[in-house]
Amino acid sequence: MSESNTNLRGSAKILLYAGLALCAVFFLFPLVWMVATSLKPEAQAASASLSLLPDPPSILPGQARENYTAVWTDPSITFPLYLRNTLIVAVLAVVGMTISSAVAAYGLSRIQWPGRSAVFGTILITMMVPFPVLMVPLYIVFRELGWIGSLKPLWVPAWFGGAFNIFLLRQFFMGIPKELDEAARLDGCSHWGIFWRVIVPLSKPALAVVALFHFIYVWNDFLAPLVFITHRDQFTLALGLQMYQAKAGLTPWNLLMAASTLVVLPVLVLFLFTQQAFVRGIATEGVKG
Amino acid sequence: MPRRDTISGLLWSAPWLIGFVAFLLVPLSMSVYYSFTDYPLLKPPVWVGLDNYTGLLSDTRFWLVVRNTAIYSIIAIPVCTLAALAVAAMLATPGLRGRAFWTAAVFLPTLVPMMATAMVWLWLYNARYGLINNLLGVVRITGPNWLEDVAWAIPAIVLTSVWGIGQMIVVYVAAINEVPGQLYEAAMLDGMGPVRRFIHVTLPMISPAILFNVITLTIGSMQVFVMPYVLFRNERGQRAAGDFYNLMLYDNAFVYQKFGVASAMAWMQLLIVLALTGVMLLASKRLVHYRGS
Repeated sequence: MSESNTNLRGSAKILLYAGLALCAVFFLFPLVWMVATSLKPEAQAASASLSLLPDPPSILPGQARENYTAVWTDPSITFPLYLRNTLIVAVLAVVGMTISSAVAAYGLSRIQWPGRSAVFGTILITMMVPFPVLMVPLYIVFRELGWIGSLKPLWVPAWFGGAFNIFLLRQFFMGIPKELDEAARLDGCSHWGIFWRVIVPLSKPALAVVALFHFIYVWNDFLAPLVFITHRDQFTLALGLQMYQAKAGLTPWNLLMAASTLVVLPVLVLFLFTQQAFVRGIATEGVKG
Repeated sequence: MPRRDTISGLLWSAPWLIGFVAFLLVPLSMSVYYSFTDYPLLKPPVWVGLDNYTGLLSDTRFWLVVRNTAIYSIIAIPVCTLAALAVAAMLATPGLRGRAFWTAAVFLPTLVPMMATAMVWLWLYNARYGLINNLLGVVRITGPNWLEDVAWAIPAIVLTSVWGIGQMIVVYVAAINEVPGQLYEAAMLDGMGPVRRFIHVTLPMISPAILFNVITLTIGSMQVFVMPYVLFRNERGQRAAGDFYNLMLYDNAFVYQKFGVASAMAWMQLLIVLALTGVMLLASKRLVHYRGS
């Protein structure tokens, strides 16, 4: 408490909080405006009004139901189906990514073997290859495998681990005392036993971070679905939202913002419950990296 | 024993190794070959030598997207870095009240799906009813037609990038918090004010984090796709003012089915990314301060 008094005098303090308030407005207001627009009638959304509420405010509940129902039941852009597809991909990809990254990280942190640092170095280098560089040949690979026309391109590769997640988990596993492995080995545990009985239980927070990051990644990804998903009934939410905006005849702004809110909402709710894990995970990435 | 360890090590790394070969090494090698072929996808590739590369170098759209991508990166990288450092410096103030709220506020936009972010900015930038021009109208300024006016296209995209700097801010705050307190005390004894302390103590100490963020940002800026795809594309195609490298790559592959040309673009991009990263890592040997070295 006294620390802040010694460091900042009155005017500097005012400046600091004013600056932070300005930042908060810049970062949050676009989202507030998105939700506000989604709750207005079309004519009020497309107007010079700066009000956050519809006029009169009492129409809000009815207008909200009307707008969101219109989006959810749109005959040409079937959001319920896209939500289902996104969830299927997300669950399969998150489970695969978490398990396979943990397995690889175990091999790179708990077992001493000659090729270890070479493999780890390669993993770090692959983090620099941008997806657009790979999307053309990947499309051809997936076509050869017969995956184009299915959701497989979006989740099967996740079962082979991700460079960044392996890196994150390896750093975490390195911090677990080696004596625990020895003790488990004396109890007759194999690597598989040590992995499941020692490492995984002690690494739940790190595993949760990987799962969370990958869920967000899958939920938000647009370019991979755009390139690999060819059938309309296999669209993900991000693709659906883009289709909704681009469909013939201009989509009214209030409905477009309602659709955007629907896509954003699950991520924001998830964030509110897991904020600490997120911030810790990101901080590790940059400071130790 | 060591032999058994090698086998277990390989087995445990196998999932990643197989994925690396199947989804990275093989595709990358294939695309080297495709970049020297005429490959319309439905017909087998035909060797054309360097034609794809020389064709690109004499293509006006290619130079347009290179120019736009370069200008965007040259503006976005310093602007985002300075903004993130400034916000991080505020968030790392000792004894700050409401830290969790301020952090959440700056971080939240990074979680919003790019597509939804693009929709929101499409709406904010709308010339007639968008919030930005509505606000300018309050102070009697007629805002420009942000997305139609050639001069505003790149600045408009830069601003949306600044909106997404939350991850960088969190990395910087964590790095600033690791700076040993004695260094600040010594600087204060030398009579340095807060700004000079930030420049002479904080910046050198967090330079590894800055290097990490600048490299990430550089690779990211060169790949800009979703935002211009939404803001500057209609049924007639991409508008020139908002046309970028990966949009042309995408069009070549998935609109015109010129997989050979797209592969050539992909490889040029990869080489540029590797070269830039290499240059930054080399330059950093002089500029970046690693503790304990």
